Amino acid sequence: MPHAAETVTLRRPGARPMLPLDIAGLTLAVDSRRLVDDLTLRLKGSGLTVIMGPNGAGKSLLLRLIHGLIRPTAGAISWGGVPMSAGLRVRQAMVFQRPVLLRRSVAANIDFVLGLRGAIGARAAAERRDRLLDRVGLLGHARQSARLLSGGEQQRLALARALAVEPEVLFLDEATASLDPASTQMIEEIVLAERGRGTKVIFVTHDIGQARRLADDVVFLHRGRLVEHRPARQFFDDPSSPPARAYLDGRIVL
Amino acid sequence: MQDLADAVRMALSLAMSGDAGFIEIVLLSLRVSLSATAIACLIGLPLGALIAIGRFAGRGPLIVIVNALMGLPPVVVGLVVYLNFSRAGPLGWLGLLYTPTAMIVAQTILVAPIVIALSRQVLEDLHAEYDEQFRSLNVPRGTAVWALIGDGRHALMTVALAGFGRAVAEVGAVIIVGGNIDHLTRVMTTAIALETSKGDLALALALGMVLLAVALAVNALVMGLRASARRSAYV
Repeated sequence: MPHAAETVTLRRPGARPMLPLDIAGLTLAVDSRRLVDDLTLRLKGSGLTVIMGPNGAGKSLLLRLIHGLIRPTAGAISWGGVPMSAGLRVRQAMVFQRPVLLRRSVAANIDFVLGLRGAIGARAAAERRDRLLDRVGLLGHARQSARLLSGGEQQRLALARALAVEPEVLFLDEATASLDPASTQMIEEIVLAERGRGTKVIFVTHDIGQARRLADDVVFLHRGRLVEHRPARQFFDDPSSPPARAYLDGRIVL
Repeated sequence: MQDLADAVRMALSLAMSGDAGFIEIVLLSLRVSLSATAIACLIGLPLGALIAIGRFAGRGPLIVIVNALMGLPPVVVGLVVYLNFSRAGPLGWLGLLYTPTAMIVAQTILVAPIVIALSRQVLEDLHAEYDEQFRSLNVPRGTAVWALIGDGRHALMTVALAGFGRAVAEVGAVIIVGGNIDHLTRVMTTAIALETSKGDLALALALGMVLLAVALAVNALVMGLRASARRSAYV
């Protein structure tokens, strides 16, 4: 897939590194139901972390909590030793399961985000936008309405928009769950390329095959609790917990 | 029934004749009500958007009040504006009473709550869809307001139409602050009221039909714009 090599590795010179991510005693309770339950976890370095687990395990909630979109009931989240805040969120981006695109053209969806991040000049912004669209294979659709793209194209646009903020941490919440294999593959390739650039990727999926393809390490959740966090190979070769083993075997985990 | 047949004939001949006095009335109606709608939108859309996305104390009661203000009786608005603009009133020195400007002010007050309340509803739904994505992107509140208004523009056009409909059809406010002065502040609704009280029911009906036609034309125009936007697919 052709894409211009971007040479930015240290995207915010002078800023403290985002990692490690430290989660301590994280709990989210709604009506006394503990949807995320006393979760403690540390993610170090870069690489691609896959968060797995059956439906209702709390994967998407965990992602929203660590991205600061939901306030936890209890517990602490810090990035590089700094408590999560809106200021840190600027250095992160998230691709949601269902892309939420502006009711504008494909190009305008990217322009909107580039415009948020201050002045880089109209020409530089247009060049960056075209490069991003090219990267997700949508340059030819730049003038179309974003809402008329196919599901796969919409999600690729959402990914390009997330990359427009030059995130140091990229979250994907079952971003390929409803996409065809070709779109899924394209998104996986781009995400792996991002990881290669040093971006921390945190990828929620319940697709075991996808997790095998992508993961450097796996966080397995069950009923809001952390069950396992291990390097991918160890996890897939020899899951240590009964729920994870049952899940990988394709048995229903309740 | 005689009146109705006469009215139809008269409405047609009025519209065809190009009678200067008649055209003056129609144009003033449009000028006053379109201006009032435009000003009400300028004020009301951002306010509606702020209420839609804001989370502040008193938001619930504020929504109830704004919704209730949609039912403001025009005569009451007219009276309040009259008191403010009358010679002895606090704004009397402006000398605006019995001018089209006073009529625009009165109709703006009537239309603004409609624009605020309906746009709040439209934008709140849109905001529910965009909120998480916008927070993820750290979109500042001001930018979010304009993005919502921009993306909700088609639904908001209908809101503006509702406001215009209210303005162009009301008589109570403009007759109090405008005074129905020939060649100066006479609009379609006040002319209808006058002709009715003079007993010229056919002319009154004819004017009523023209009023309806104008309202239809404005609506058709906006719907046409909307349809063409839909075809170019920024839905």
